[in-house]
Amino acid sequence: MSSRFERFALYLTVPAGLLVILLYALPILQVLGLSLTEGQGAIANYERLFTSRAVAGVVQTTLAVSISTTVITMVIAYVIAFGMIHMSDRQRKVALLMVSIPFWVSVLVRAFAWITILRSQGVLNSGLMSIGAITEPIQLVYNRVGVTIGMVHYMVPFAVLLLYANLTDIDRRVVQAARSLGARPVSVFLRVWLPMSLPGIAVASLFILVFSLGFLITPALLGGGRTLMIAEYISVQISNTGRWDLATSLSAALLIVVGLLLALALRSPAMRAAFGGSSK
Amino acid sequence: MSFLVVDSLTMTYGPLRALNDVSLTVKEGEFISLLGPSGSGKTTLLMSLAGFNKPTSGRILLDGQDIIAREPEDRDFGFVFQGYALFPHLSVSGNIAFPLKVRKWDAVRIRARVEEMLALVGLKSLADRKPRQLSGGQQQRVALARALSFGPRVLLLDEPLSALDRMLREQMQTELRRLHRETGVTFLYVTHDQQEALTMSDRIAVFEKGKIVEEGSPTRLFKSPTTRFVAEFLGENNFVKGSRANGVWQGFGTSFSLPEQRDSGEDAGSATLWLRPGDIGFGTGRDGDISFTAKVEDFVFGGTHNRLALRLRSGETFVASISADLVAEDALGKDLTFHARPEAVGVLR
Repeated sequence: MSSRFERFALYLTVPAGLLVILLYALPILQVLGLSLTEGQGAIANYERLFTSRAVAGVVQTTLAVSISTTVITMVIAYVIAFGMIHMSDRQRKVALLMVSIPFWVSVLVRAFAWITILRSQGVLNSGLMSIGAITEPIQLVYNRVGVTIGMVHYMVPFAVLLLYANLTDIDRRVVQAARSLGARPVSVFLRVWLPMSLPGIAVASLFILVFSLGFLITPALLGGGRTLMIAEYISVQISNTGRWDLATSLSAALLIVVGLLLALALRSPAMRAAFGGSSK
Repeated sequence: MSFLVVDSLTMTYGPLRALNDVSLTVKEGEFISLLGPSGSGKTTLLMSLAGFNKPTSGRILLDGQDIIAREPEDRDFGFVFQGYALFPHLSVSGNIAFPLKVRKWDAVRIRARVEEMLALVGLKSLADRKPRQLSGGQQQRVALARALSFGPRVLLLDEPLSALDRMLREQMQTELRRLHRETGVTFLYVTHDQQEALTMSDRIAVFEKGKIVEEGSPTRLFKSPTTRFVAEFLGENNFVKGSRANGVWQGFGTSFSLPEQRDSGEDAGSATLWLRPGDIGFGTGRDGDISFTAKVEDFVFGGTHNRLALRLRSGETFVASISADLVAEDALGKDLTFHARPEAVGVLR
């Protein structure tokens, strides 16, 4: 209302803005700069991303893990979010608490917890062997399966909250209308809920995909060095082998791919609306 | 056998009785309005009929069969929601075809019926539009076409015109009456707008506090209401005190007798008389009219009819709607004579 107050409010954001520029924007620009100057120069650095077999392998692993993480997460999260909107207020509070608990546990702790559950002598394998369901331990960790399990566990709460927000926005009278018009539960789901929640599904999937592409700790621990994803690969290039040229050019490439993905998504009006802008 | 019977339906939410022993019999093809202020139970009854809520006790009989346990999707009742509740992701045709697709009609038959419905509501040129590209009135027509397309036994309408402006509302009232006539479907129409109920329905059921206080044809309810609530809620009305001794009434600061069909028939120390603003004339009137003197306390210009706030010598106030050629603003503050025909006066006990 008052312009003096507005100006004052604007000044209050300055320290945070400076912090972001100093700690975030500048380092990123520096990474971009290094990727052009380190080693044998820009062209050679970026050319290697397309010719190196190691990079190709890492990119392939990253894509495969990220996509399967996204798909599995979305299925689990949709079931949970869909259940939540049909609960009583009391049940929903409990469910929301359950969904948010993982947020309070460090990623590191969660990764180690999964290792104790999934490893060969772990809780799951010894349990299955003692009841005689299997004779030899199943390889559940230090491979893609382990990485995917850990990442899905990390992503589900985010996806649930995003989907839940979208599903609560759906006008329940439209669902009632479908029933009054003779649609049975399966029809109501396939013809009303699913199509009307597509924007939410798209937003949540994009979020998880983008997040997965740059995941570091979970794949590093649960992959045990055998399932190498881009972020860990970059980290290894910097701290172990000192290959700044490769690390920075790969970082820049990841940044560009993610940026393009978002830009492409924002072309759709539903996505624009979901990310805050007006849809018109 | 009656077509649709609501038999002593009661519905409680905790201590609140949203429906309190409501009974109603509906003939096939009727246009019935459920009229009442908000919170009077009319929408609760409609939702019970549609199957969206489960009454605490009572029965709903369709062709003599209790349908209370049936799910909404198994009732074959069309429902037009407040705010229309169209499927935003489907086109106009897609919305109208929805009930036909879930009933697994074949494509040729669906196409023919959609065409027919589009023609019925005059939306042929907009068949491929999405709901958000339509005006309120157009969305309303889509909602009607969708709810009628599968040939429902009954069409339930929940304040369908409340979101429209006045001009469009009147137009849609005509449209709804036409649809009712042309389809022959039974309409149950919830509204809080007494004018809407009066102009559209064959019969009105007036709701108050979870009960039907009175039901009947619009003419009957308007001309001879038996409860104060209906006399007040349907159309404008004035209430003054009266009494009857030896067959002669006292009221409006004068004495008069009422025609037989209006008279209560017995003497009463105190009764309530009502007289609608439009039934009050200026001057002494003709022989046999009730004439009385009142002071003009307020004057509101109203086009063809001006509205006068009058005060009787007894201190009672009421409103008269008088033809604009007869009184002008200079009447303000004066004691003037007014009259009414005896048959326009009603008695409530």
